[in-house]
Amino acid sequence: MVSFKKPDLDSFQERIHIATLFVTFCFLLLVTRLVWLQLVSHGKYALLAESNRIALVPAPANRGLLIDRNGIVIGRNYSALTLDVNAEEVKGNVDQLISDLSEIIDISPRDRRNFKRSLEDSRNMGTFPLRSMLNEAETARFMANRYRFPGVEIRARSFREYPYNELASHLIGYIGRVSQKDKERMQAEIEGAKADDPDALQASFLPGIQYVGKIGLEQSYETVLRGVPGYDQVEITAGGKPVRTLSSAPSVPGKNVVLSVDIKLQYLVEQLYGNFRGAFVAIEPETGDVLAFVSKPNFNPNDFVEGIDSVTWKELNDSPQKPLYNRPLKGIYPPGSTYKPFMALAALENKKRTPSQTISDPGYFDFGNHTFRDDKKGGHGIVDMQKSIVESCDTYYYMLARDMGVNMMHDFMKPLGFGQITGIDLQGEARGVLPSTEWKKNTFKKPEQQKWYEGETISLGIGQGYNAFTILQLAHAMANVANNGVVMKPHLVKAIEDPFTRNRVLTTPKESYRIDLNAENIEVIKKAMLEVNVSGTSAAAFKGTGYQVGGKTGTAQVFSLNSKEYKHGSTAEFLRDHALYIAFAPADKPTIVIAMVVENAGFGAQYAAPIARKALDFYIEGKWPKEIPEWKRAP
Amino acid sequence: MEKSPLIKVKAFFFSIFAGLDRQLGLILLGLAAVGFFTFLSASQNTPVQIADELRNLALSFAVMWIVSRIPPKWLEMGAVWIYGLGVALLIAVAAFGLIKKGARRWLNIGVVIQPSEIMKIAMPLMLAWYFQKREGIQKSWDYGVAAIILAIPVFLIARQPDLGTALLVFAAGLYVIILAGLPWKWILPFVGLGVVGILLIIIFGSTICAHDVVWPFVHNYQKHRICTLLDPTSDPLGKGFHTIQSMIAIGSGGFFGKGWFQGTQAHLEFIPEKHTDFVFAVFSEEFGLLGNLVLLALFFSLIKRGLAISASAPNLFTRLLGAAVTLIFFTYAFVNIGMVSGLLPVVGVPLPFISYGGTALVTLGFGAGILMSIHRHRRLVQS
Repeated sequence: MVSFKKPDLDSFQERIHIATLFVTFCFLLLVTRLVWLQLVSHGKYALLAESNRIALVPAPANRGLLIDRNGIVIGRNYSALTLDVNAEEVKGNVDQLISDLSEIIDISPRDRRNFKRSLEDSRNMGTFPLRSMLNEAETARFMANRYRFPGVEIRARSFREYPYNELASHLIGYIGRVSQKDKERMQAEIEGAKADDPDALQASFLPGIQYVGKIGLEQSYETVLRGVPGYDQVEITAGGKPVRTLSSAPSVPGKNVVLSVDIKLQYLVEQLYGNFRGAFVAIEPETGDVLAFVSKPNFNPNDFVEGIDSVTWKELNDSPQKPLYNRPLKGIYPPGSTYKPFMALAALENKKRTPSQTISDPGYFDFGNHTFRDDKKGGHGIVDMQKSIVESCDTYYYMLARDMGVNMMHDFMKPLGFGQITGIDLQGEARGVLPSTEWKKNTFKKPEQQKWYEGETISLGIGQGYNAFTILQLAHAMANVANNGVVMKPHLVKAIEDPFTRNRVLTTPKESYRIDLNAENIEVIKKAMLEVNVSGTSAAAFKGTGYQVGGKTGTAQVFSLNSKEYKHGSTAEFLRDHALYIAFAPADKPTIVIAMVVENAGFGAQYAAPIARKALDFYIEGKWPKEIPEWKRAP
Repeated sequence: MEKSPLIKVKAFFFSIFAGLDRQLGLILLGLAAVGFFTFLSASQNTPVQIADELRNLALSFAVMWIVSRIPPKWLEMGAVWIYGLGVALLIAVAAFGLIKKGARRWLNIGVVIQPSEIMKIAMPLMLAWYFQKREGIQKSWDYGVAAIILAIPVFLIARQPDLGTALLVFAAGLYVIILAGLPWKWILPFVGLGVVGILLIIIFGSTICAHDVVWPFVHNYQKHRICTLLDPTSDPLGKGFHTIQSMIAIGSGGFFGKGWFQGTQAHLEFIPEKHTDFVFAVFSEEFGLLGNLVLLALFFSLIKRGLAISASAPNLFTRLLGAAVTLIFFTYAFVNIGMVSGLLPVVGVPLPFISYGGTALVTLGFGAGILMSIHRHRRLVQS
């Protein structure tokens, strides 16, 4: 008790009290803090914890099928094992990784190139296939060595496949990996989606989509085909490692797209073209269904799905044959003599000619100081309207053009669809040129070029001059006449099919508009065109048909594709005339019209009409030409 | 007649626990239990073994028991030696210590030890001894001597650098000096300065934390740490990440918590050091505000009890020592919870008896043992 000194103890007790107060204050501070965090801000932090731990992993939907009008599948999916590499985990050591992997799995230089390109394209985001279609041995070898390759895994993936390869490639198009540009477009789609829009959810998962349609129907029906991507709610660690799946929203597969195209007809025509280049469009006039949409030569869309290799790409791009060029959609050609029936109809409708009114053809037509020649030396003699079509008399149409003038021709041809966008369900359609004084004024810069010269009117009558149309437009115009002036929008897809219920919703549009044409006048033209195949220019090609078919040949001077210069080496061949042909059949109630061009082939009667004949024989009578290999349904 | 084995066991336990403060013992058992259950959840999916935690807890209680048997007189006699040894080891560390992660804190003497840990106990021991020696003849300059005794090891530890430990050792010494009667007129200006300083930092935080502002006397990373505390979102993926994630854990726990083993923040590895320094975040997330209030009550009663024991201690040495040890417990708990909940900067301070870690548990057991010893020997001395 010696050490117990009262003053000291008091002082100490006092300080203990103060310390207790201090401690109490500090604890109250902590309690306040915890109440703030756990009661007041609980909602906010609960939300943060939730978003912390949950990641939405998109699950791509199965892409819809492409089916022809008879149920033949021309675009489908298959599942295969692929070696997927997570770009983020690789971080630059791509070459090392690939050489390590190639010790156990065969990786071709092409695989390597494609993979590296995908990496660059996508700026190192996401998972990319390095090798697809792994076989069992490779899968086993990889699984045994898996620990060596973090970020690499084997996955079953769905691939797009075009079972008929080149067939109908230009109309089908292809899908490919999403590019930065696609992503930006999708981002715009997301931003454009309204909150109350049921499609907004779909839009919000667009970033998870890895493949999109690049051209053709795959592109224009992308939103129908792709379906609604699903997603898994996955619990992830701070490092982003998935721990478990909390819930998943299943993806809704894309809808099937049912084409109006008859793929067998398409196949036949493509075969009939052989090595010739050209475009062929067949339309059902009553509906606007496109029955065949051929662009030759074509390419194999399967090459593009997983990224095309540079060698094939260079070949396709550099080829003077322009296999990537969608000729019926973008190629513009002078219609040549196939224009004459339309000119004749214009003359009747505008009362510039009667069917029986004749001209005398000496074999040429002088206008100003220029002589326009007929292709028949000595001329066709006395020519009425029917004869002008059957024998393809140029002089008749030189004179007609002069009598009508450019603007009257323009005003008649425009509603028929010449030089107009038809609105077909493919992107990138060319407009072509349907000349008028107005058009010339707007097109050229210098005043002397803007003036229309009367002499320029004359050759328009025989489908030359400034006239430049797509084969699609020509077929469309033919269909409009065959359909007695009722204009149906041409389309490649006729229905959207639900993949489960198989219910089809027709997309076939109603008529676009109606051209007020006199039925008698149309009859005159049709009758003349029927005669073309009996005693006229294409009589030989259509000898002995079991149905009545109207047609018109055309031979157009080359004016080149899209006015681009061809390479010097191949000039000779590429300067030859284009062979054109239009047709409708059967005569009383046409179920098919055709417009076609065989590039640099020569006379329409000789090169184009026989193809049209065989196509019609098949479509109308089911006759398959002996020389063409039989259609085999893809397994 | 033979005594039954049960009675024998009972008698044995009585002899073991004789003189131990029951209240303090129960509080510590409660904390240890909380620590163990939290550890089970926090250590899931980590290589840390339950056996290790049990061994550490047992070791801590064993040390406590042994120290509780040591008369305070012995501690008083050993104080200078322990302090001297601690300073000598710190000098040895400065001369040829091991460098890990850029800091020279460890000494290899067969086993690797961290001498600054010794100072946590040695400092209050030494100062309490000093003031005991000067009792009754105390002069103003005694505080100067005390300051030197305090400054030497703090300086050595701060230089390692180990600012967290240096501050704790400094706090431990400061408690003794203040409790020994440091005049208020010397204390209050510093308290005032501190309060003003903290207020200034809070008010002008965004200005002085601007990138190009250089603080005097402070390393850039230390400035960064304080600035991050003021606004954790300023560096969400860097220094602020830990604080933000532990705040999310605590806040998302709500009132009742997510339940034992149900904390997503902890189990999905968002909480750093989740079984050591940040274990409180795990506990908070799983047991909520309710659990926190219980835990804080446990700590508060621990401190109350420790202070009560000190207040009734027999001499100045034991009073100062007991109070200082108690306030170290408080400092640990306050700084740890304050840091995990984003109230204080992140410094490496464990939560007493809850955090995993052998050294800390042994140190804490030693401290608790001192309190037990003071309590146990109180009556003996007084009577």
